[in-house]
Amino acid sequence: MSDKKEQKKNWPLWEVFVRSKNGLEHRHFGSLHAADAAMALENARDVYTRRNEGVSIWVVESKHITASNPEHNGELFEPANDKVYRHPTFYDLPDEVKHM
Amino acid sequence: MSEKEIKNLEEIFDQKIARDEKIEPKDWMPEKYRQTHIRQMSQHAHSEIVGMLPEGNWISRAPSLRRKVALLAKVQDEAGHGLYLYSATETLGVSREELYEQLHSGKAKYSSIFNYPTVTWADIGAIGWLVDGAAIINQVPLCNTSFGPYARAMVRVCKEESFHQRQGYEIMLTLSKGTKAQKEMAQDALNRWWWPSLMMFGPTDDKSTHTAQSMKWKLKRKTNDELRQQFIDQTVPQAEILGLSIPDKDLKWNEERKSYDFGEINWDEFWQVVKGHGPCNRERLQTRVNAWENGAWVRDAAMAYAEKNAERKIKKAV
Ligand SMILES: [Fe+2]
Ligand SMILES: [Fe+2]
Repeated sequence: MSDKKEQKKNWPLWEVFVRSKNGLEHRHFGSLHAADAAMALENARDVYTRRNEGVSIWVVESKHITASNPEHNGELFEPANDKVYRHPTFYDLPDEVKHM
Repeated sequence: MSEKEIKNLEEIFDQKIARDEKIEPKDWMPEKYRQTHIRQMSQHAHSEIVGMLPEGNWISRAPSLRRKVALLAKVQDEAGHGLYLYSATETLGVSREELYEQLHSGKAKYSSIFNYPTVTWADIGAIGWLVDGAAIINQVPLCNTSFGPYARAMVRVCKEESFHQRQGYEIMLTLSKGTKAQKEMAQDALNRWWWPSLMMFGPTDDKSTHTAQSMKWKLKRKTNDELRQQFIDQTVPQAEILGLSIPDKDLKWNEERKSYDFGEINWDEFWQVVKGHGPCNRERLQTRVNAWENGAWVRDAAMAYAEKNAERKIKKAV
């Protein structure tokens, strides 16, 4: 309550990824604050896997993630649109050809 | 951006939601959408966090180990719900510190229901049964809301809520089948929690201002009155199984509507509590602020330790 409450630094933000079972990929579950990676892992266990939701957890500090900008989705993903030859239906084969 | 361009973007945005497409944090959104979501989601988060206090009051006095572990797990879930929701809110570009500051300064609201005291053990039963029950009805439609992070958080929350309600109802059931004094305790808790639970659905439709906008953004799918009616219709038969009576002399089955008619809600009381004059408003907020301030040295120590460790690692590497 006094003026000595000038806090040093806030705990950074971490993104949490959980593999729900072997055979599946890690999936983004959410984020949390923690002082370091070890604490982020422990907090992730308590916040996101209280009911056996996972067998493996990854945490990464949010500032290390580079994300694409959805406003540039046009330029970024458009080149895929006009490359129909990447799809099997582009190729004309006679019906007699089986197993292809 | 010109006004016309914004109008155009807004139209595309509205159509996207109408098509049931989700909005993700980095997508363009109208400023009002962002602000409304920050407000509603953070209020929701604050409610989960403050909501731990009335129940936490009984953890050390739970009547058996079975009840104690269940209540502990329930309260821990509520902390988790608060954290899912804070983290979802932060994706909109507001920091956790700002959100806490809004709560601690009284600028942000939380659900008024948590400003009522838990004076007996039966209150823990009534809260799980009625308060979590009402929360479920409010929250289930939000699993399909338009803002992706909010919808995903709500899916997790809703999965966990049903245990909360069942553990509360089981407490009520045990008390109702117990001694005369225990049954009276259960009835007393129902008497005190019934009306505040009905108020959890907010003002009546004719007094509710945000409904149209909220419907469009799928923050709401049914009106306050519809949700309240749904709660009453499903809860009355549950009270009958307990052998307890709902404290409303006007409560009556309406064969035509296939619903219960019910008495007038005391809206003066509702607004009093919203404005900060409920039985526990000051105590709740003070407890929360104390917890935050008294924990500051722990947060600082953890940060200092983390920084020292990081430095040590660098030195070793050199
Ligand atoms: Fe909750
Ligand atoms: Fe709950």
